[in-house]
Amino acid sequence: MNIIVCMKWTPDTSEADLTVSTTAKDIKKDDLDYDMNDWDRFAIEEAAQIKEKVGGKVTVVSLAPEESEDMLRECLARGADEAFQIWSDQMEGGDGYAMASVLSQFIKGRPHDLILTGTLAEDDGAGQLGGMLAAMLDIPSATLVSKIEIKDQKASFVRELEGGLYESMEMDLPCLIAVATGLNEPRFVSIRAVRKVTSIEIPNVGIDEIGIDVGKVGQSGARVEIEQVSLPPEGEGAEIIKGKPEEAAARLAEILKEKGAIG
Amino acid sequence: MNILKPADAPILGAPAPAIAFIILFLSVAFFCYVMFRRLDVLRKAAPDPRFSNISTRLLRALMYGFGQWRQPRYLGAGILHILLFAGFMILSLRSLTLIGRGFSPTFHIPFLTGSVGFAYESLKDYTVIVVLIVCLVAIVRRAVFHPKRYDHPGTAGHEYEAYVILGLVSALMITDMIHDGSAYRASGVCGEYHWFPAAAFASVFMPSNDPATLNFLHVGGYWAHILFFFGLLNYLPISKHFHVITAIPNVFFSNLNKGTIKPVRYGTVDWMELDQCGVSDLTGFTWKHILDFYSCADCGRCSDNCPANTVGRALSPKMISVKARDYAYENFPVFDKTSKDPAHEKRLVGDIITEQEIWACTTCGACEAECPIFIEYIDKIVDMRRYLIDRGEVPQSLQKPLQQIKKKGNAYGAMKSKRAAWTKDLEEFQVHILAEGEHSDLLFFVDSCGSFDPRIQEIAKSFARIMARNKLDFAILGQEENDSGNEVRRLGEEGLFEQVSGRNIEAFKARNFEEIVAFDPHAFNAIKNDYPEPFKVIHSSQLIYRLLSHGVMSLNGEYLGGRVVTYHDPCYLGRHNGIYEEPRRVLKSIPGIQYQEMTRSFSRSFCCSGGGLLLWYENEEEKERMGERRVKMAMEIGAQVIVTACPFCLINIEDAIKTTGNEGKIEVIDLVELIDRSTS
Repeated sequence: MNIIVCMKWTPDTSEADLTVSTTAKDIKKDDLDYDMNDWDRFAIEEAAQIKEKVGGKVTVVSLAPEESEDMLRECLARGADEAFQIWSDQMEGGDGYAMASVLSQFIKGRPHDLILTGTLAEDDGAGQLGGMLAAMLDIPSATLVSKIEIKDQKASFVRELEGGLYESMEMDLPCLIAVATGLNEPRFVSIRAVRKVTSIEIPNVGIDEIGIDVGKVGQSGARVEIEQVSLPPEGEGAEIIKGKPEEAAARLAEILKEKGAIG
Repeated sequence: MNILKPADAPILGAPAPAIAFIILFLSVAFFCYVMFRRLDVLRKAAPDPRFSNISTRLLRALMYGFGQWRQPRYLGAGILHILLFAGFMILSLRSLTLIGRGFSPTFHIPFLTGSVGFAYESLKDYTVIVVLIVCLVAIVRRAVFHPKRYDHPGTAGHEYEAYVILGLVSALMITDMIHDGSAYRASGVCGEYHWFPAAAFASVFMPSNDPATLNFLHVGGYWAHILFFFGLLNYLPISKHFHVITAIPNVFFSNLNKGTIKPVRYGTVDWMELDQCGVSDLTGFTWKHILDFYSCADCGRCSDNCPANTVGRALSPKMISVKARDYAYENFPVFDKTSKDPAHEKRLVGDIITEQEIWACTTCGACEAECPIFIEYIDKIVDMRRYLIDRGEVPQSLQKPLQQIKKKGNAYGAMKSKRAAWTKDLEEFQVHILAEGEHSDLLFFVDSCGSFDPRIQEIAKSFARIMARNKLDFAILGQEENDSGNEVRRLGEEGLFEQVSGRNIEAFKARNFEEIVAFDPHAFNAIKNDYPEPFKVIHSSQLIYRLLSHGVMSLNGEYLGGRVVTYHDPCYLGRHNGIYEEPRRVLKSIPGIQYQEMTRSFSRSFCCSGGGLLLWYENEEEKERMGERRVKMAMEIGAQVIVTACPFCLINIEDAIKTTGNEGKIEVIDLVELIDRSTS
C-alpha cells in the first residue's frame, strides 16, 4: 500500500490585518505566518491511520519553498515515511492546473495506490487540484470524503452531503481521495515527536529533476488569471442584540437566516 | 487470689513461651515478607531524590506526622483521628510489654517500672477506654451518617476495610480489658478503680469468687489480644490501612519544592532521548509516588475539595490513589506469581485511570493542600499527560492553542509583532520596550493573556498606569516575550515548555533589570518556580502592597462605594506560592471597605476552572462550571464585588456571573484594576 499525501503550505490569515499588494492581484504575504493547510492535516492523519491498519508506506509531497520544512517534519512525526519538497522559482504564480501538472509528473514516476489531499485549501479555496491531478493520472477521484476503508484493492468511502446526507461509494485502487475536515481526530505532534524525525532527510526537488517543461509550471503554466483581489467594503456598523439570552439567540438566528448564512 | 500468668499456663501441653515464640516468629516473618514484596515494587520504580534537607523533613514528619497538624482541617474526623493516633502511640508500649509477657510473667520495658510504670499503666487504661469509644463513634459515623467522601465510586469492596480495622482495634481494646479486668477482679483491690477505669469496668462483668473463670479470662484474653495484634499488623500492608505504617515516612519524603513540576525523569541528562516520555504504567511512577498510593487512607478529603470533582468531572484524586494501589496489589501480589494473559490486562494509564480523569485536572492543588499526609497528585497527573502527549493523544480543544504557542509563542494565534499593541491605547504615557542591553528597574512580564486577550489587556493597562503614576521605571519585552509556559508544562508538553521558557530566559539575560513583575500568577509561578535559572520575580499584588506600605500611594473608596467585597484566592498565587496576605492587606487599605471572607478561602480556595490553556479545554461531563459554583459561594456571603488577582479567574468568574444571571448584582474585578480605579 503506497499512499501519497499532497500538502499545501498556506498563509495564516485568521489573526492578521490583510492588505492587498501593490499589483492588486494578491494579498501582502510578507508578514504572514505560514502553516499546514488545515484540510491537509486530516489527510496526513488518515494516511497514517490507514498505514497503521493495513501497512504500507506514506509519502508526503508539497509544492512549497524551503521554509515549509517544519510542516513536512510535522508530517514525518505524524507517521509519514518520507517527504519531498518540490520548488523552483519558476513555480511562482501557478494555479491549480499548473500545480497539478507538477504533482502528476512527480507521482507518475513512483508507485501509488492511494493519493490523499484536502478538498480545499485555506488560502484560495479553489478546490481544483484533487480532481485535476486525478484526471492527469487517469485515476478515479472523490471529494469531501468523511470516512475511508481500504480493503481488497478497493477504497470504500463515505461522502458527507448537504443537509446531513451520507453517500457510500467504492472505487478501485489506485485512486485519489480529497478529504473533508473532521474525518478523523488528528494526533498531537509534540516537540519531541518532531525531534525524533530530525535525521530523516527531506529532499528538495527542482522542476528539472522532475522532468517537466518550464512552460507548464508557475504563471506560464497557469490557465486562470487573477484580475483583481480586493477587500470587502466596510459595512455600515453592527447591530447589538439586546435582551434575554433566549430572545437574543432567536433574533440572531433570524438575522442569519435573512442573510442566507443558515438554511 | 493469685491469677495465673499467661507465660505460666501451658497450651495443649506445650509451654506458653514456645507458643509465644511460634506466633511471634510466624507473624513477624510473614509481615517482613509482605513488606519486602511491597517495597520491592518501589525498587523497580523511577528514581526520585528525596533525601535532601533532612532537618526540614524531620520537622515535617514531627509536625504533620506525629503532630497530625492537618487533621483538624476536618474538625470532627480530625479529633477522632488524633485521639486514635495518640492512643496508638501510647499503646504501642503496652503491646510490646504484652508480647514479652508471653515469655516471662514479669516482663517490663526498661524504665517502665515502679511509679513510672504505675503511671503508664494508669494512662494506658484511660487510653484503652478513649480508643474504644473513638472506634465505636467511628463505626456509628460511617454506618449511620455515611459521609460521602468515604465512597469508592467505580470500585466495589473497599468500604468494609474500615470496619475490619475498627473491629480489630476494638477487639484489641476489649481483650486488653478482659486480660486486665480479670487480674483486677482477682486482686480484690477495688479502691484503685479511678487509676484503672478500663480494668475496673471490665471486672464488673466478672465473678469475684471463681478463680478458674478469672484465670481463663486472664489467659484467654491475653492470647486473643496477641492474635488480634498480629492479625492487625499483618492486615495493614494488604489493605488501605497500610498508611498506619507508611504515612509518617510519606510525610518525611514529601515534596519540598512547591509550585514546580518534577522533571520527566530524575537523573536523565536528555529526557528527549528516553524510549518513553511520561508514565504509562505503575513502575513508571517514582518510588515516592507509589509510596503515596500505599499511604492513601481513603479519607477522601482531596476529592471533597477537588473543584473538578465538585462540578461532576470524571476526576477524583482519591480514586487515582485507590485504583493505582489496587493495580499494584493485583499486579505485584504477595504470593500469586502466575502471569496473566496480557491481552486481557488493563492498562493503568488509559483504561484504569482514564484520559478524561487525566485532562480534567486544573492543577489547582486543593487536593495536595488538604491531604493530611502530603500525597502528591499534580506531578502524577503531569507525568501521565506527558505520556499521552508523547503518543499524540491530546483533546482536540487543547491541540490548537498548543500548536499556536509552538508557532507564535502565544495560544491566541496572534502575530508576534502585535504583542505590544495593547500599549497604544495608553494616551498619558508610553510603555517602553526594553531593547537588548538596556536597563529598567522593573521588567513587566505581560504574558500572552495580557498582550492579546482584550479583557485582560485592560488589566495590563491598569497595571501600567499604576506603575507610571508612581514613577516606577518599568519596561516590557514586546515581541521578544513568549508565553510563560506555565500551562504548557502542566499539560505535559515539556519540549514546548523548554522552547518558550528558553526564549524568555534568553531575552531576560540580554537585558538589565532589578526584578520581573507579573499580574498573572501563572506567569509569576513559572518564572519563579519552573525556570531553570533564578530570576527575581514578584506579583503585582506584592508590588502594590510595597507602594502602599512605603506611603507613596493613597487610595479612596469611591469606586467600591460601600459595596461588600470578597477576595478570591487564585490557586497559583495562594496555594502554590503562599501569597495570601498581601492582596488582603492591599484591599483592607481601601478606606471604608466592607470586607467579607468566603467560607472557602486561603488554602481552601475554590479553583475557577483553571488558567492559561485550560481556558480552551472543553469538558463535556461537568454539570456546572466551576466559576458558577464560585459565584454562588460569593453570593452566599452577600458579596457584591469579587476581587481576584489572576486574569483567568477574572474571565471565568465574569462569564459565570453572566451565565448565572447575576449581572448587575455582583461584579468581579482584578485587584490591579480596582487599585487603578481607587486612586486619583
